[in-house]
Amino acid sequence: MENIINQPDIINVKSPFQTWGGYASFFVPLNMENVDTDQIIPARFLKGTTRDGFGKNLFRDWRYDNNDETKPKPSFVLNQLQYSGSILVAGKNFGCGSSREHAAWALVDYGFTIVVSSFFADIFKNNALNNGLLPVVVSETFLQKIFEQKSDTQLIVDLKNQTIKIFQDAEAPSSEEFEETFEISSYKKECLLNGYDDIDYLLSIKNDIEQFEKQFA
Amino acid sequence: MKQTLFEKIWNKHIVKTIDDGPSVLYIDKHLIHEVTSPQAFAGIKKRGLKIFRPQQIVATADHNVPTINQHLPIKENLSKIQVDTLIKNCAENDIELYGLGHPYQGIVHVIGPELGITQPGITIVCGDSHTSTHGAFGAIAFGIGTSEVEMVFATQCLLQTKPKQMRINVNGALKKGVLSKDIVLYILSKISASGATGFAVEYAGSTIRNLSMEARMTVCNMSIEMGARCGLIAPDETTFNYVKGKKFAPKGEAWIKALKDWKQLFSDDDAVFDEEININAADIMPMITYGTNPGMGMGIDECIPLENVLNENEKPAFVKALKYMGLQAGNAIMGQKIDYVFIGSCTNSRIEDLRLVANFVKGKQKAKEVEVWIVPGSKQVEQQAIAEGIDKIFEAAGFQLRQPGCSACLGMNEDKIPAGKYCISTSNRNFEGRQGAGARTLLASPLTAAASAIKGYVASPNAT
Ligand code: SF4
Repeated sequence: MENIINQPDIINVKSPFQTWGGYASFFVPLNMENVDTDQIIPARFLKGTTRDGFGKNLFRDWRYDNNDETKPKPSFVLNQLQYSGSILVAGKNFGCGSSREHAAWALVDYGFTIVVSSFFADIFKNNALNNGLLPVVVSETFLQKIFEQKSDTQLIVDLKNQTIKIFQDAEAPSSEEFEETFEISSYKKECLLNGYDDIDYLLSIKNDIEQFEKQFA
Repeated sequence: MKQTLFEKIWNKHIVKTIDDGPSVLYIDKHLIHEVTSPQAFAGIKKRGLKIFRPQQIVATADHNVPTINQHLPIKENLSKIQVDTLIKNCAENDIELYGLGHPYQGIVHVIGPELGITQPGITIVCGDSHTSTHGAFGAIAFGIGTSEVEMVFATQCLLQTKPKQMRINVNGALKKGVLSKDIVLYILSKISASGATGFAVEYAGSTIRNLSMEARMTVCNMSIEMGARCGLIAPDETTFNYVKGKKFAPKGEAWIKALKDWKQLFSDDDAVFDEEININAADIMPMITYGTNPGMGMGIDECIPLENVLNENEKPAFVKALKYMGLQAGNAIMGQKIDYVFIGSCTNSRIEDLRLVANFVKGKQKAKEVEVWIVPGSKQVEQQAIAEGIDKIFEAAGFQLRQPGCSACLGMNEDKIPAGKYCISTSNRNFEGRQGAGARTLLASPLTAAASAIKGYVASPNAT
């Protein structure tokens, strides 16, 4: 599946997933199932007309007391200093609910590059992929394994080889390695690795589309 | 070749399929609204493109509009900018807009069907997850994100992978007081909020066949709450009679031809479904939700489950949900005091819903402490209600009939439920904060909502 887009004018933006050996980062654990898009970004913050700035309201009502930015809730993981990194790990059925792409924009704007879960809601998964946010589906067992890790563990996601690895401090005596492969369509993988999107592809087949329309005219 | 209803429509709309990749699906109708379109318009402009097929797009303003004094300028500035941006974008791109004040304005999923834009056998998308509603006509209809809105703007196509096929058969007569909303809440309580993820769901069986068009829309509307890509019901005489004569429905020769095509839209006898679920209509009670996703529901006279019947990984969300809702595991919900009643949203704001409620409350009074909002799904529904004198019945009962819009369904516009208050709602989502930060939502049918409005606490429509 090489070169599905034969357009010379597409600029190959260097994608974060081209890093040799995979993309490594600490992770933020959100051990909760069915996290819906109304939690990721509540409707009252959807009033923007651009894609920027949604990150500050990410998980707004879980992050702050009484909707007050000066009162972060210490119990919520984004407010816990020991957790950092650009990978969010969440329970099953992440991103269910509304089709709002603002959820993906908020995650990206906040600084996440990868979301890991054992299951993603359909529309969210598409929205994520369309914004360069990589949804990695792992088994329930692997997910629980990640949740058992301490905050100094890193995850290494290798999009090219479609693997995700739990990387503990190699020096630590009890260090173990866990690795799993994940699925992604080769089309989407190519898009992410090369930094182009569906519109680029669809525009490249506009003739076919017009031909198709004639059938029904 | 044996095909499911979904496959018949899908195959007809495939422009081409990428090897080991998605298919290019042609989109017949694209509905847009103020919240999920501005970034897509901006994207098109930035790429130096023009809207490819503006005549296949219809726009309305619904999510972010007030439901009183719609003739006045929108008070909240950001909402006003969003609605104004839509007006400007539609004007610049030759897109038909049924904006505030227009006789066809309303919730996008209510106006599509009532104008005859929604027809059997077509593909429909909208930047809104409840686009699944339109599947009630035997169409492939699904919600998309803003990047996808931009794709359809640019090419009238989307890249999609074919979903798996599920059929849910509901058979038998419904019990007294049970509406189509109860059917779908029941299914959700059985298969959970992720039970149909990755599937196109076809609803079939005698119970579904006997539903009116509007009741079928309520069922398909909540397909997305099971995670389904879309929901469909094979079109039949009920469908054809509903579509006939609608503003954008085919007329004359075109109608005859359309009807011939539409009659082919059913799953072949030997079509293969990846999953099939059978439900006995007699098992369905008037339903209510107790938690913070639509799968957390039960019969209105049942008790909230105890924690120990759940799987280990379900427990944290369950505990969190009950804490948020201020409810106790093992307790009944019947009799729970409520503060608000919201009858509206694309799930239950059509004229039949309003008629049912009016019939039920005629000559009765709402409980004193309860605030009741009835929000029609469209200008046409509002006008129809007034023409039938339903507005007078509501007034006498102390119910407020407001103007069309999404209203308290999503806590975005001015209509919000205050923190900590209980609202029995005919909408489709009971997520934390969905109806306003801290608001506690109990999803139910319009009849159950009306019965509870009269009593002031959660009540069965069958209790007198
Ligand atoms: S009524 Fe509610 S669910 Fe329906 S389109 Fe509006 S916000 Fe979405």
